[in-house]
Amino acid sequence: MAEAEESPGDRETASPRPLFAGLSDISISEDTPVEGEITIPMRSRAREFDSSTLNESVRNTIMRDLKAVGKKFMHVLYPRKSNALLRDWDLWGPLILCVSLALMLQKSSVDGEPGGGPQFAEVFVIIWFGAVTITINSKLLGGNISFFQSLCVLGYCILPLTAAMLICRLVLLAGPGPINFMIRLFVVVVMFAWSVIASTAFLADSQPPNRKALAVYPVFLFYFVISWLILTFTP
Amino acid sequence: MAAAEELAFHEFEEATNLLTETPDAVTTIRSDQLASREHVSVVVGSSVSYGAEELQEEGDKTALLQEEKPQPGFWTFDYYQSFFDVDTAQVLDRIKGSLLPRPGHNFVQHHLRNRPDLYGPFWICATLAFVLAVTGNLTLVLAQRQDPSIHYSPQFHKVTVAGITIYCYAWLVPLALWGFLRWRQGMREHMGPYSFLQTVCVYGYSLFIFIPTVVLWLIPVQWLQWLFGALALTLSAAGLVFTLWPVVQEDTRPVATALLSTVVLLHALLALGCKESLVGMWGGTILSPDVLLPAHVMPMVTMWPGS
Repeated sequence: MAEAEESPGDRETASPRPLFAGLSDISISEDTPVEGEITIPMRSRAREFDSSTLNESVRNTIMRDLKAVGKKFMHVLYPRKSNALLRDWDLWGPLILCVSLALMLQKSSVDGEPGGGPQFAEVFVIIWFGAVTITINSKLLGGNISFFQSLCVLGYCILPLTAAMLICRLVLLAGPGPINFMIRLFVVVVMFAWSVIASTAFLADSQPPNRKALAVYPVFLFYFVISWLILTFTP
Repeated sequence: MAAAEELAFHEFEEATNLLTETPDAVTTIRSDQLASREHVSVVVGSSVSYGAEELQEEGDKTALLQEEKPQPGFWTFDYYQSFFDVDTAQVLDRIKGSLLPRPGHNFVQHHLRNRPDLYGPFWICATLAFVLAVTGNLTLVLAQRQDPSIHYSPQFHKVTVAGITIYCYAWLVPLALWGFLRWRQGMREHMGPYSFLQTVCVYGYSLFIFIPTVVLWLIPVQWLQWLFGALALTLSAAGLVFTLWPVVQEDTRPVATALLSTVVLLHALLALGCKESLVGMWGGTILSPDVLLPAHVMPMVTMWPGS
C-alpha cells in the first residue's frame, strides 16, 4: 500500500512515514508527469493460479474438489460456529448426499402396487424444493444470507440423516421385530437432532434476533419429513 | 488484512475527492458497503421498517408510517418481503388468538391490525399437510400391528393429495369469499370489506387447531375422535364467524345467514375430509372397517349409544 502512494509523487522522500500522513498537501501540477506502476501482488498470483489449473492433471482437480467437500463434511459432523461452509459454498456435497439418500430409499417394487414408497424423483424434489422454499422464506424474513449459501448449508446438513439411512438399511438386514424398530427409531431421532442443531448453528446467526424461531421452524419441519421417510422405509 | 486495507484506501480516496469538491460536507462511514461485498444484500425498504418501528407502541403511529412508505411494485422482492414482516411473538399471538375466539373479538382488528402476513397461512398449511400424511402412515402401522395380514406401505402419495387439497382450500375459498364481499360492497356503509390478504390470514390461522386434532385422532376410540373433531370445528368456525360478522351484519338477513352457513359448511367438509382420509368416517381405515380398534376396546365402543 505504501508503494502505491509514493510512486506518483517524485517530491516525497523515500524515508518511512506513516500512511496518509502527508496526503492532504500533495498537489500534482499539470505538467508533472505522473507515472509509475501500481502493482498489487495478490492479483498476479491469482492470474498464475487461474492459468495453472488448466494445465494440472484431472486427478488434482478432482482431489481438490473432493477435499473441499470432505472438509465441509467434517464441519457438519462437528458443528462449530465457523464461516467455512458459508464462505466457499459448493453444491457437490448436497448433490452427492441427495442422490445417495434417494437411491437408498428406493424400494424394489416387484409387484408394482400403488401407494408404495417414495420414488427417486419424489425424494429429489422434496429435498431440493424444500431447501429452496426454506431459503426463500428466510430471505423474505429479512435474513442476510445468500441463496446458494443457504442451499449449501441445508444440503450438507443432510449428512447425518444419510448416515442414519445407511444404518437403518443394515439393521433391517437382520430381520424385522420390535427391537429392530427401537434401534432404528433411536438412530433416526439422534441423527435428526444432529441435523437440526448443525444447520441451526450455521443459519441462525443470519436472521434478525426476534425472528430466529420463525426461520428455524421450517428447517425443523424439513428434516422431520426426511426422517419420517427414513423411518418408515421397509425393504 | 490486505483486503481490509484495500477497502479503506478506496473509501478514503472517494472521501477526499468529495471533500475537495464540497469542503463542508458531513462524512459518515457506511458500514453496509462491507456487507454487500460478501453477501447478496437484501435491501429492506427503509431503515424504519424493523429497527425502530418495533420499539414504538402499535397504534396510529405505525399505521401512519406504513402509509408514508411508497408501495414497491409487485415485481420487486421488497413487495413480497412486506408480507413477511412479522416477529415470532406476533405469530404466536395470532395463533393464540385463533385458538380462543370470543364474540365481539374480531381477529382482524385485534390481532392482524392492518399488517397481515403470509408466513402463518403458508407454514400452517404445510404443517397440516405433512401431519396428515404422517398420522395416516402411523394409523396404518398401528393397524398392521393388530392384524399382520395387512400389507403395509408408506403411502407416500397421500402427502401430495393432502397438500393440494389444503392449499386449495386455504387460498381459493378466501378468494371466493373476498370476491363475494366486494361484490356486495354497495350494501355496506359501516365497514369496508377485508382485503384479500386479511381473509387469507384469517383462514390460514383458523386451520391451526386442526394440527393437534389430527394427532389426537390417532387414539382409536371412536366417540373421542368425534368429540375432538367437533371441538376443533366449533372453535375454528366460531373464529371465522366472529371475524366475518361485523362485515355481513350490514347486509340483508338472508344473504348474511347464507354466507355464514356456507363458510361453516365448507369448513366442516374439510374437517370431515381429513378424518375420512385418516381413520374413515365410521371408525375404520380405508382397508378394513374395524381393524383399528384393539380387541379390548371393541365391547366398550359398542356399548356407547349412537356410535
